[in-house]
Amino acid sequence: MRYLPLSDADRRDMLSAIGAGSVDDLYFNVPKSAVLSRLVDLPRAQGELDVERFFKSLAARNTPAGKTAFFLGAGAYRHHVPASVDHLIQRSEFLTTYTPYQPEIAQGTLQTLFEFQTQVAMLTGMEVANASMWDGSTAVAEAAIMAARVTKRKTIIVSGGLHPHYLDTTRTMAGAQGLHIVALPAAIDGEADVVARLGDDVAAVIVQSPNVFGTVSDLSPIARAAHAKGALMIAAFTEAVAFGLVEPPGAMGADIVAGEGQSIGNPLSFGGPYVGLFATREKFIRQMPGRLAGETVDADGARGWVLTLSTREQHIRREKATSNICTNAGLCSLAFTIHMTLLGAAGLSRLAQINHEKACAVADALAAIPGVEILTPRFFNEFAIRTPRGGADLVDVLAQDGVIAGAPFVRLSPQSGMDDVVVVCATESNTDEDIAELSRALKGAL
Amino acid sequence: MTPHTVSGSRGLLQAEPLLFEIGDVHRTGVDLPAPKGVDRLGGLKRKAALDLPGLTEPEAVRHYVRLSQKNYAIDLGLFPLGSCTMKHNPRLNERLARLDGFADLHPLQPLSTVQGALELMAELAHWLMELTGLDAVALSPKAGAHGELCGMLAIRAALEARGEAETRRRVIVPSSAHGTNPATAAACGFIVDEVGATEDGHVDLEEFKQKLGDDVAAVMLTNPNTCGLFERDVKTIADLVHAAGGYFYCDGANYNAIMGRVRPGDLGVDAMHINLHKTFSTPHGGGGPGAGPTVLSQALAPFAPVPHLVRRDDKSLALIEHADDASSAPFGRMCAFHGQMGMFVRALAHMMSHGADGLKQAAEDAVLNANYVLARLKGHYNAPFGDQPCMHEALLDDSTLRANGVETIDLAKALLDEGYHPFTTYFPLVVHGAMLIEPTETESKRELDRFADVMIALAERAAAGDSAFFKAAPQHAPTRRLDEVKAARQPKLRWKPEEASARAAAE
Repeated sequence: MRYLPLSDADRRDMLSAIGAGSVDDLYFNVPKSAVLSRLVDLPRAQGELDVERFFKSLAARNTPAGKTAFFLGAGAYRHHVPASVDHLIQRSEFLTTYTPYQPEIAQGTLQTLFEFQTQVAMLTGMEVANASMWDGSTAVAEAAIMAARVTKRKTIIVSGGLHPHYLDTTRTMAGAQGLHIVALPAAIDGEADVVARLGDDVAAVIVQSPNVFGTVSDLSPIARAAHAKGALMIAAFTEAVAFGLVEPPGAMGADIVAGEGQSIGNPLSFGGPYVGLFATREKFIRQMPGRLAGETVDADGARGWVLTLSTREQHIRREKATSNICTNAGLCSLAFTIHMTLLGAAGLSRLAQINHEKACAVADALAAIPGVEILTPRFFNEFAIRTPRGGADLVDVLAQDGVIAGAPFVRLSPQSGMDDVVVVCATESNTDEDIAELSRALKGAL
Repeated sequence: MTPHTVSGSRGLLQAEPLLFEIGDVHRTGVDLPAPKGVDRLGGLKRKAALDLPGLTEPEAVRHYVRLSQKNYAIDLGLFPLGSCTMKHNPRLNERLARLDGFADLHPLQPLSTVQGALELMAELAHWLMELTGLDAVALSPKAGAHGELCGMLAIRAALEARGEAETRRRVIVPSSAHGTNPATAAACGFIVDEVGATEDGHVDLEEFKQKLGDDVAAVMLTNPNTCGLFERDVKTIADLVHAAGGYFYCDGANYNAIMGRVRPGDLGVDAMHINLHKTFSTPHGGGGPGAGPTVLSQALAPFAPVPHLVRRDDKSLALIEHADDASSAPFGRMCAFHGQMGMFVRALAHMMSHGADGLKQAAEDAVLNANYVLARLKGHYNAPFGDQPCMHEALLDDSTLRANGVETIDLAKALLDEGYHPFTTYFPLVVHGAMLIEPTETESKRELDRFADVMIALAERAAAGDSAFFKAAPQHAPTRRLDEVKAARQPKLRWKPEEASARAAAE
């Protein structure tokens, strides 16, 4: 077996050094009734060629986004990732290392995490960020839990613009801790509706901008109202590229900003692995979940980095930890950091502007089709449309025509009643031909 | 003192400032067409200019390559971190995960366009269930601790269905458990009740029996345990907790020792997460991403979170994405979308490469390697449970070193100079000054001998009373010993613009 270096002679020598007759002797504590007397009922070992053939045959049964005119976002975004990003993250020293528990031989990981934390804080307009969460949805759930810890209150008000999977994840993870999650009905432009639900028991409101329908909102009045009632404002997001153009939540009074960083540096990969971004105010750092890289000095006084404030974490604090998170999204955060470094302010603002213009062009093309109604009043690169034909059915039909037109909202939220709503997204990867193709196919289907 | 050079570099090791000290807001490594300036944001354009520094591609490549060279990695040498299973990461798996048919798939594409991806998930689920002898698997958890949460929430849902969620609140957790276990139990609203260990490193069965009662929800047990031992009473513990009306959660972090030889389902396990990034070699990536699919017994299967994979009559696969659409009683959703697809591809490729025979052999070699290291080192270090064979990790402690003023941390730092990543230090907590060594099956005998020789020489140096050598270590690592206390007392978690001028002034 190509991955196992021991030869039979090695095994014999080693058993004899150990003083064991056979490897079975080493398993002496296993109850006899639980020892398998046969191999499990699965295929035997295969060479690289056979394994590759199998996976290629499975891959061939999928339709990659790049083979279609592709307008699907709703929480995962198809952006161009520069070739050097994937090359760099595949370097052995990044790919095949562990959590930087021995900082003296992990400065590469630690310095890049420090850069990541700084970039996330800068992008979101916040003071500090952690070294990543599992994904955007779990980051938002952790934000709710943290808000309850900070305010010692238990109710979370969720806007009707939060991605429904994020809502469900928050219900599951924060609900498990006894938090009361109040979800407002799905609304295209209703972030401010949370204000009317503020009360003395509210730990936080969760709003999203751009929201799941693409609507961008001024969150400042919501933050002011929340703060007046002693609650925090959690600003969720799914499209990090937006903050290259749109006012970031940190500038609008957010206390915690939590969302998805996939769209910078990471492929769609059918939903994972992605990278959760989590930023907050400096006064809350000891309440934060997740790992933090911090600056220090070595014995010679030279600058270096370590994991720090670990007394918040499970391996020290156990059942009193701020979160149970251990493994995070390390390599995906590195991809984010390298891509963000390649972009810089100049590249990111241009990329964001291009995304916005592509979406405007798609919206104009679709608005010209009889029966199509654009529902999102202000958007970045994503917007909702209503058509006379059911959303799920429409998207399925167009897919057979080589066009992935968007996300039928009913797939995300069957109870919303928005059976005829499709969320359409455009990025820099869409060409004018793609847009013409979408228009043609949509006209044909309606 | 580290010898000084004009550049601050030392041979191949290049000094490298922070991105924020070398990049600027005008520099970029991407070429994009000029935009037209359209604005339909309704007045919500960013007011403050972005301050993110950029680099051109050659500068960025050099920056990150230089930083990478300050990292140790499994591709460079033995990485014997106990409980972390740092094994070789086959590059075939990287290639496969990057096929357009997997990497360029959106999780919300129409199901007719992703049948191959769903088949892959179904195949992975089949392998995991077959290997563990359990009835269902939730693929979506994103890491081990997320899988623990999934399993414990399934237990809570099962208790709720029995009308006992309010009365059964206590979860028994051994003192040797990973910190994630008590943290997870607490995150589900359970009360953690610790059970101690016997002198020979097993769960104290008598104490465990005392703790059982009709308020017990579950036991969370790592098996093989963190002392590197197979819990000899595991079936008794399972039977007892079941008889008391509770469930058995098994932390699967150490599953590598028994895969293909023992099925957790045959031990009475009700739920167990599987760290695909440990057992099935998806790369750790400097701390993630992982994946923590959670296998469930028949008793817990009805409560598995969405999404569910279901096979339709026409043999095609579908996803049940909402609890209301399920025929069972899902407790909720663990995350957006369907889980760590990129990790699923890698893990399944690893499993299929090994096959049933290779996985069993891998487990046996992992156990053999650990025992060989234990055999070579136990005359030179104290092995608290060394009079019995271990599983896939060997546990030593620093009790024989301390008389000479050397502790586990010092030995670990001396290993850095010898070109090794150390073992896991000070864990499990039940052994003072613990050193937990997990070589894994992908180390050759030659590598193990080399490591053992170094460990023995270091033990001899400590015995000779040269504690100053250990306290000064590391001397040859990219940095000297770092001040973790300062980092925690004066937290500095990001670069700030005002530092640029302060630093320039100081220079």
